[in-house]
Amino acid sequence: MCDTCGCNITHGNESLIRPDGKLAKTESGKEAVTVLHSLLQENDHVAQHNRDHFDQHQVLAINLMSSPGAGKTALLEATIQQLDDNIKVAVIEGDLETENDAERIRKLGVKAIQITTGSACHLDAHMIHQALHHLDLSAFDIVFIENVGNLVCPASFDLGQHHNVVLLSVPEGDDKPAKYPVMFRAADLVLISKSDLLPVLYDFKVDTAKKYLRDIASNSSVIEISSKDKSGMPSWLDWINQQIEKRKAYLKTFRQVGSPNLMHGHHHIYNKTSVK
Amino acid sequence: MHELSICQSLIKQVETIAQERKAQCVTLIVVGMGSLSGVDAQLLQNAYVIASAGTVAEKAELIIEHLPIRVKCNQCGSESDALPNKLVCKQCGDWQTTLLSGNELMLMSVELEKSQESAVVH
Ligand SMILES: Nc1nc2c(ncn2[C@@H]2O[C@H](COP(=O)(O)OP(=O)(O)OP(=O)(O)O)[C@@H](O)[C@H]2O)c(=O)[nH]1
Ligand SMILES: [Mg+2]
Ligand SMILES: [Zn+2]
Ligand SMILES: [Zn+2]
Repeated sequence: MCDTCGCNITHGNESLIRPDGKLAKTESGKEAVTVLHSLLQENDHVAQHNRDHFDQHQVLAINLMSSPGAGKTALLEATIQQLDDNIKVAVIEGDLETENDAERIRKLGVKAIQITTGSACHLDAHMIHQALHHLDLSAFDIVFIENVGNLVCPASFDLGQHHNVVLLSVPEGDDKPAKYPVMFRAADLVLISKSDLLPVLYDFKVDTAKKYLRDIASNSSVIEISSKDKSGMPSWLDWINQQIEKRKAYLKTFRQVGSPNLMHGHHHIYNKTSVK
Repeated sequence: MHELSICQSLIKQVETIAQERKAQCVTLIVVGMGSLSGVDAQLLQNAYVIASAGTVAEKAELIIEHLPIRVKCNQCGSESDALPNKLVCKQCGDWQTTLLSGNELMLMSVELEKSQESAVVH
């Protein structure tokens, strides 16, 4: 993807895409215009802007995606309880219909911003940008975004996260990566959630899920995890800590080289009065 | 259904182009997409009817061109066709491949109708 203009042309697909002159011949009074821009360019632009905000404050942003009920909020609750105390967490909740998930997070004394606008099938970069205006990023080390429970729509929208984590819960079956390749290809980490159910739902084979992931050319790591019996939590927490460190190290070298990109010039006055 | 919001950004892009070029209306829109774009062509067509109503693109025909999935093997280097959930190398069977095409979702071209005067000026 070309970053500057949002066009989708790469060396790989160029020959397939360059117009074949189908429109070159037009009747008088008509004009054919070649465009070649991604339909998602506006979203992607705002997403990059969000990423700049996160980077300015050295905040790691993680987008959690899964089908409804795969255990995103339960995982967040368990994570908040077990993460090191000096790692400050905030959560952006994409449960568009109720405040339930945000309330669950707030009960643990953690800041949760509820997104209440937009369509009910996915979050987009604009919604996250709005939410960021209610969050003083300088006070946090990590922001989790709980996306809408859906294995299709959220996959198309970059939010400005640094990593996508996709949960595949044991009751859903091990073939989900084959059925939702777009979503699982987007994953940097796949969590096989509700792993405490593996002994009962013995049809689910972790190796089969991994094989389907290889079939879609994903080299994502896989962690079996349970928010109930807490198995797998140490690996997950390690992964998070590693990503925080990696991001900080990356930004440090990046800044030494002197990237002008990190500051995009507008300062967000985060609105204290409307913070929930 | 995320196709509607995607269609709305499509219409926005088309409107900008039509305005810049002082077109009276848009007659044809060509979108290119691969099956790994995460967008369903039929749903996009349906959404288009809703999203284009009352805009400069209201009467335009939407053509969706299907772009094939192609992968390049990281091991043996050969290129092959692939299926959305079977992106392995056809030559050597290795799973570590790079997607060359098949995840695009883009506005490829538009055809505009111009009034006689603006056509001359152009
Ligand atoms: N056995 C078991 N059940 C779990 C686990 N994690 C979550 N659940 C149950 O799964 C149900 C849904 O969990 P949530 O955390 O609300 O799932 P979610 O993905 O946030 O759901 P949505 O936000 O509605 O998409 C609840 O009844 C949880 O108790 C787990 O690790 N093991
Ligand atoms: Mg939830
Ligand atoms: Zn901003
Ligand atoms: Zn090969």
